[in-house]
Amino acid sequence: MKRIQSASELEAYRQECMASRDPQRTVITICAGTGCQAHGCSNVVAAMQQELDKQGLDQVEVKATGCHGFCERGPLVVIHPQGVFYNKVKVEDVPDIIARTVKEGEVIESLLYALPATKEQISLEKDVPFYKLQERIIFGSNGLIDPTSIDDYLAIGGYQALSKALTGMTTDAVLDEVKISGLRGRGGGGFPTGRKWESTRDVDSGVKYVICNADEGDPGAYMDRSLLEGNPHSVIEGMLLGAYAVGATEGYVYVRHEYPLAVANLTMALEAAREMGFLGQNILGSGFNFDIKISRGGGAFVCGESSALIASIEGQVGEPRAKHIHMAESGLWGKPTVLNNVETWANVPVIIDKGAELFRSIGTEGSPGTKIFSLVGKVNNTGLVEVPMGISLREIIFDIGGGIPGGRSFKAVQTGGPSGGCIPEEHLDLQVDFDELDKVGSMMGSGGMIVMDDRTCMVDVAKYFLNFLKGESCGKCTTCREGILRMYEILDKITRGEGELSDLDMLEKLASVVQEASMCGLGKTAPNPVLSTLRYFRDEYLAHINDKKCPAGVCKDLIHFEIDPDACTGCHKCARVCPVDAAHGKKKEPHEIDQEKCIKCGMCYDACKFDAVKII
Amino acid sequence: METKVKDIIAKYGVDPAQIIAMLQDLQSAKRYLPEEDLRELAAILGIPLAHIYRIATFFKAFSLEPKGEHIINVCVGTACHVRGASRILDELERQLGVASGGTTSDQKFSLETVNCLGACALGPVVVVDQEYHGDMTPGQVDKLMENYR
Ligand SMILES: Cc1cc2nc3c(=O)[nH]c(=O)nc-3n(C[C@H](O)[C@H](O)[C@H](O)COP(=O)(O)O)c2cc1C
Ligand code: SF4
Ligand code: SF4
Ligand code: SF4
Ligand code: FES
Ligand code: FES
Repeated sequence: MKRIQSASELEAYRQECMASRDPQRTVITICAGTGCQAHGCSNVVAAMQQELDKQGLDQVEVKATGCHGFCERGPLVVIHPQGVFYNKVKVEDVPDIIARTVKEGEVIESLLYALPATKEQISLEKDVPFYKLQERIIFGSNGLIDPTSIDDYLAIGGYQALSKALTGMTTDAVLDEVKISGLRGRGGGGFPTGRKWESTRDVDSGVKYVICNADEGDPGAYMDRSLLEGNPHSVIEGMLLGAYAVGATEGYVYVRHEYPLAVANLTMALEAAREMGFLGQNILGSGFNFDIKISRGGGAFVCGESSALIASIEGQVGEPRAKHIHMAESGLWGKPTVLNNVETWANVPVIIDKGAELFRSIGTEGSPGTKIFSLVGKVNNTGLVEVPMGISLREIIFDIGGGIPGGRSFKAVQTGGPSGGCIPEEHLDLQVDFDELDKVGSMMGSGGMIVMDDRTCMVDVAKYFLNFLKGESCGKCTTCREGILRMYEILDKITRGEGELSDLDMLEKLASVVQEASMCGLGKTAPNPVLSTLRYFRDEYLAHINDKKCPAGVCKDLIHFEIDPDACTGCHKCARVCPVDAAHGKKKEPHEIDQEKCIKCGMCYDACKFDAVKII
Repeated sequence: METKVKDIIAKYGVDPAQIIAMLQDLQSAKRYLPEEDLRELAAILGIPLAHIYRIATFFKAFSLEPKGEHIINVCVGTACHVRGASRILDELERQLGVASGGTTSDQKFSLETVNCLGACALGPVVVVDQEYHGDMTPGQVDKLMENYR
């Protein structure tokens, strides 16, 4: 690799990269993101390469890419330039793909995605509804490039924004562009990025830092991971632009330790960027110096909070500090610091390259641009979706997500993670952006969108979040440490059928104290899941308290399993799967469940093909 | 093995700010943080042992107890939870006879939970020794465990 020393050298090199990528050449991209790896994609990649070698098809290229978003359907294989889209591909399918699709241009029907409702098969990636309704301005490149190849990134226009900024824009112009774009931080709070940068720029100081928050502690969200794994250079380029705008010379990416692939791909990307001269001294001959280090997190949710994150980089216990001093003046090692989320950084090159006005034309007035959501839980098409702000929840869940599986009904969608809330059906037409979600008692958060059906108990969900938070509270504030614990205990009592009506008042009282008197965002927002479920699903709390019933059939102490003798065919399946021999009966005769023995694991319920097992 | 702490110091230098990274390396080499190694680190870095213990107990990544041969991690993140992760955890606890956080008496398995592995679309997810198993059901637990018994 050669060091690139000016914008014109970069352009010349980019032309080379593009020229070596003949658009007519067949390229088989295979998703190698974490989700598809769990589905066994590595073997598919290896088999594909072997088969091509065997058949002597050396003009065909196999590319292992980052996450394409449609993880539920993995391993995903796309054959370019046509864009033929295959899902759930197995090693056995590989010879066929090469013989029929690559060589003959024929489409293999059994590998196509079929619409769940009509079974209609779709051949091209761009026509799959899951993708068609998205606007993937930052996530789209993931499926096109090999994250370990800087040339791939350059070929799709990578580092163009950097070159534009360093050679044609003052630092103020870069800052202004970001301010005009209206970009708001994607890490949760939605603070205007340009304003944050401006306060750091305004401090007169020799050393300044920019930090990328890749802690992603929010359970149920994984867009930061996929961006960092699939397109690390876009994050690096964003940080370079931010550093240039505020006058920082050093950067850190704080990655959680559960993300080894993200660390590996980022490490490789940093080395490549350094070798080519995008990091280091005198970048593109402009006199600008900047470099990035990786800091691996220790795996505590609270470390995503800005002051805790900084403490953790400094090698201290990751505990939040009171924020009377702003990070803009005194952040990492007491120096002015800008901290932004992974997705926020990845938006910056787009804004500089395409212009703030274009960016503003996407999304809503108050929340321009797109947002990547992790659409998971009880929804047909799970995965990562990038949509323009302002799209309705209904469009995301039903049009892109394909609705609720198994013919069940929608109950709620949880957004904003442990700081957010549950939104019921009546708000499905809400236009998703930072402000609208706040209005209904939830929030954007990092973009987790967990869909829940009628088999999800909302009291259990509230309890789930408090259980999570009680384990994650750093314990500094009594309100947070003790308050969350007490709230958890009350909810636990309710789910065991021992709740009283007065518990609900107590929950509300505790919630307001914890909100008001806790120091950092963890405590301040911890009551939200409880408050939002109390607001929209009070009935369900009342059923647990008054009737000692769990309408969703989740809370173990309030349910038991019974077999309906009229529906039971005596197929014996339940008895075979029951781990404790509680389900029993003679073949072809109605079966029964021994309630003394039953551990309520629900395996019989899942196994019965005749809906004979009932949750009572 | 005894030289491990020295290797880590060689890699990071005598720099107390790197303590978290050092502990991470130690943990991945030995699967836990042995007391004698922590004492050695504290002495070389010139920081109180108590500070190291504070970090080692604060972050979930660290363990002060030896772990089993196979580490089973059940994701109990929100996406996995709503798809029934707790029933899978129950079943693993039952089959192994240890509660989550425990190690079987034959030192074969450690059962742990994690709050999200970033593979939420495949939930519920169980990871055994870094290998992901998605779309788990309580019924599949038995078959999964057979591979490691
Ligand atoms: C308890 C807690 C956990 C947080 N976790 C994260 C996280 O995992 N990732 C993240 O980007 N921001 C997280 N945040 C928000 C950050 O503190 C910070 O606001 C954000 O990284 C700023 O970036 P942005 O302006 O680009 O959104 C967390 C905040 C709190 C209070
Ligand atoms: S609110 Fe909770 S997590 Fe935040 S500083 Fe206080 S105790 Fe720690
Ligand atoms: S699986 Fe269902 S139908 Fe078959 S014996 Fe059990 S309850 Fe009856
Ligand atoms: S719920 Fe589980 S333990 Fe009870 S009868 Fe069904 S399979 Fe057996
Ligand atoms: S990991 Fe393959 S599509 Fe997400
Ligand atoms: S919630 Fe289980 S992997 Fe994210």
